Parts: sequence; C-alpha cells; structure tokens
Amino acid sequence: MRTMMELHQSCSNLREYGSEQCLLSKPDGSSTFVQGDTSILAGVYGPAEVKVSKEIYDRATVEVLIQPKMGLPGVRERAREQCVRETCEAALLLTLHPRSSVTVVLQVIHDDGSLLSCCLNAACMALMDAGLPMSHLFCSVTCAISKEGQIITDPTALQEKESRALLTFAVDSVERTVLMSSTTGSFSVQELQQCIAISQKASEQIFQFYRESVKRRYSKIK
Amino acid sequence: MRHHAIHISVLLAEPHFCVLVELGKTRVFCQVSGELVPPKDSRPTEGIMFFNLELSPMASPAFEPNRQSELLVTLNRQLERCLRNSKCIDTESLCVVSGEKVWQIRVDVHVLNHDGNLMDAASIAAISALSHFRRPDVAIQGRDVTVFSPEERDPIPLSIYHMPICVSFAFFLQGSYLLVDPCEREERVKDGLLVIAMNKHREICSIQSSGGIMLLKDQVLRCSKIASVKVSEITELINKALENDRKIRKEGGKFGFAESMPKERITTLKRDEVPVEMTDVKETASDIVDRTETTAEVVPSAVLVGMGTAQIGEGIVNSWALEEDEEDEPQTEDRKTGTVSDVCFCAVE
Repeated sequence: MRTMMELHQSCSNLREYGSEQCLLSKPDGSSTFVQGDTSILAGVYGPAEVKVSKEIYDRATVEVLIQPKMGLPGVRERAREQCVRETCEAALLLTLHPRSSVTVVLQVIHDDGSLLSCCLNAACMALMDAGLPMSHLFCSVTCAISKEGQIITDPTALQEKESRALLTFAVDSVERTVLMSSTTGSFSVQELQQCIAISQKASEQIFQFYRESVKRRYSKIK
Repeated sequence: MRHHAIHISVLLAEPHFCVLVELGKTRVFCQVSGELVPPKDSRPTEGIMFFNLELSPMASPAFEPNRQSELLVTLNRQLERCLRNSKCIDTESLCVVSGEKVWQIRVDVHVLNHDGNLMDAASIAAISALSHFRRPDVAIQGRDVTVFSPEERDPIPLSIYHMPICVSFAFFLQGSYLLVDPCEREERVKDGLLVIAMNKHREICSIQSSGGIMLLKDQVLRCSKIASVKVSEITELINKALENDRKIRKEGGKFGFAESMPKERITTLKRDEVPVEMTDVKETASDIVDRTETTAEVVPSAVLVGMGTAQIGEGIVNSWALEEDEEDEPQTEDRKTGTVSDVCFCAVE
C-alpha cells in the first residue's frame, strides 16, 4: 500500500508496467498488459469468418468485447468497447481482409485506475501477437487533473476518484497524433492541450517498451 | 493425464479476491465478492451463494457472447451441484440480521482458454477463491449494522467445511478405454464423460455421467479410487498456494497478478516506474492554444417557452406539412436543434 507521500511524488510517473504475449493457446493472438496493479488480458481472433449480418463488403469487421470482473457487461463496458474499436479500426489495415472479422476480447483481471489505457495497450500488443497487418501501432495514456490543478499521469483508482477530470488519449506511433480521446470532468482548453502534450511524451516510453518486448520475443530466432 | 501446472495466483486489493488456475493449457479465472442483501423469504437465516460461470469468447472461437449453449448450462449446473448441494460453505454463518440482512457471496468464474476439462479447472478455481476470500467484519448493535472496511478491522474468512473438487473421466470405445483429465481434442472424440466431485476425506459430493454409455460397477469404483488420489494431490497444491500467499502478505511483500508474471520467459517483459518528462509541456500547450483560431459561432441562448420546456435554435422549416408553415415545435429542455446537425444531449451519469 503506497503512502500519501509516495502518491504525491509519483504524479508524473508511469507506474511500473509489464506484458506477456502469446500466453493462451486458442486465440490467434493474446497478451496481458499490467500497469501497476491494473491488469488486462486480451485475446484476438482474426481474420475469421463473419456473420452475414455484420459483414462489410470491402473491409474486415472489428468487434471488441470487454468482460468485467464481476457481473455481466453493461453500458460502461459498451462505451469503452466503442473507444477501443474505433482506435483499432484506425490502426488496422482492414481493406486487406474484406468480409472477415477481427474480434478482440478483453478481460479485466484487476482494475486499479487507468482501465481504458490498459485495455488499449493490451489490445495493441495482442494485435501484434496475432500478426494482423497494421499501419501504425497505438498506445494510450490516462491523465488525471487533481482538484489543485496538478496533472497526474497513469493514476491509480484512488487518484482517479479524487481528481476533477480524467482524460484518456490514444496516440499513434508514427507521428504521435491523437487517435482517440475520452474525457470526463471539467477542464480548461489549456489543461487539455497540456495533457495531450504529456500523453505524447509518455507514449514514447510505451512505444519503446513495445519495441523491446517484441525484440526480446524474437531474439532467439536466427 | 496432463501435467498439473496448477498455478494459483491471488490478487492484491481487498475486498476483491480472485484466483487464476492453469490446468495444462486451460485457463480459468475466478472472482469472489460479497455484499449485504435481504435474504430469501424461504430461508431468512441463511446467506446466499450465487455461482456464475461464463465462457469468455476469448476461450474458443466457438464461444459467442450472450449465447446460452448446452455446455454453459451443464458447467453451471455441475458447479452449483458441486459447491452448493455439497454444503461445503456454512451459509448460516453468513447471516447478519435474521430476516433483514445476509451476505450474498457471488462467485464469478471466467473461462479464458479452453483446452479441455473446464469442469475441473472451474471447480478448483471456485473453491480456492472461496477459501481465500475474506469478508468485511460487521458489528451489530440492536438493529444497526456497521460494516468495517479492511483497514479498520481484519476481514474474516468464510467457514468452509471441506473442499469438493471435480475430476473428469472420458470414456472411449464403449468404456474399454479411460482417460483422466481429457484435453480438448480428446473431449471431442469421447464416447462418454464421468464427473466425480470428491473431497480429500474421500466423500463423494456428486457424480454425473453423460454421453449415454453404460458403465460397469467396477469401472465406476475404479474411477472413484483414481479421483480420490487426484483430489488429495490437488487439495495439497491449493493449500500450498494459499499458504504461500498468506506468508507473503504477512511479510508485507508484493503479490498479485503483476508479481506472478514469470520474469524469465522470453515472451514477458517488465519495466519499472519511469518519470514522464514534463519540461516544456506548458509552452507547447500554450503554443497550440494560441495558434488555433477561436470558433466564430456562438451557441444561441435558450428561450423559455413554457413550464419545463426550453428552446435553443430556430429549427428548419417543417417540410412535412401539406399546408403552409406551422409554429416551431417547442423542444424539451435538453434537445438541441437548429441549422447545425441534430445533436441530442443526454445526461450521462
């Protein structure tokens, strides 16, 4: 349990994170992503057969399912699914697989803040593991603005509860543009741009992490 | 029979307790939670146990969300029989105020990877999570109930009499061949299935035979002997994992799903906390804000039309009516119309 001192000092830190790829045998790609205590398990199936009602004639259909820890998925999960789906649709080269489906299933193992970011990061790693063609990678960072106006990156659940605004951005790997943003709470235009700039800076760390984990994974192949 | 890598990892934050079980490649995740609810009318002095097993679409391409398949119903029913009908949990101790407030213990099992033998894995996960679960302490003064948070008073474990664990047997060629703990491919071609739920005291909690094959008495007895050996092994493993977790918690070490990720594998990578550079963030932000043009369009102010109705915007001319123009319909408070696209504002949360 972190003390109050530590909480204040860690305002502009990314919590320790880790990931494991290819851990499930059935899905085409799978990964876990852990940020502090928040952990998400992602599984990807694709390109696979799609129901006729959902097929699109020139592109693949992306479906995202978020399963919460307890109970059945509700409206909150549907909102998050939409954010993840739109980011995935922007990154994947869907026109290479018309009339197919790409299904991303995310299971919440533990939620200690920055849930949507962790979902997006896990989804990206799982899509990489599945080998689906993408035009760029994406990662996500959450910023919380505390009541005093301090910007905290990668907040814990406690910090999120005490903040007055919570902003999540998905950033792409080529030009660091913002792919998706999801915000709650009130904040000024200045604070919004600051959070975007901070997210873009923090995303460098995460992309570096992606690169290292993939390099490590394929290091034994001659 | 598969190598039992029963990897049980239990998580950090109270009051959520969860367990991840790996039986070969089959992975199952179980979460136990408790809340205070009014009891059932037929049993006012007993707590409520609620079991829910979900086949996540991640586990197999055949599993679709929100589809009641036969497998799901069978697994749910068998899990309930194994844990509820065997009375392994003392539900009387879950009563707080008789007839008014009891604990409802909810067990959610999620199947993450289907490589066969989901029943065994689910029962192991469920009973381990129940053994690990701690409910908040309560104090009763007359009719008032105070629930203490885990920081104020140590949470209390459930009173579990015994740990029933299911063992599955697959039969082939009309009972002449027997496989313990079948994997997914073996399950697909089996003739019949026998599931025995037993505890380490060699008491059979439930037997279910499906597939329509006829078994001889000595076959069933043989299976029960094999089951008792397996159950004692598995109970050992569970107790060891729980003991490990208790030790780590007492020493104050770090534990949880994050810690249990094996570090020496090539497919895993961990990074420590890194600070984020915030040096010229403020300048970049101000730069962008100054560069953007301010929007010229001003949101028109609301006009109160009557009691409880307000109108924003004028609306375009009604082209449905046959006669000449009608009055603009008064809009409800939070609907915005006008020459801009129709946007409906709903109050969220």
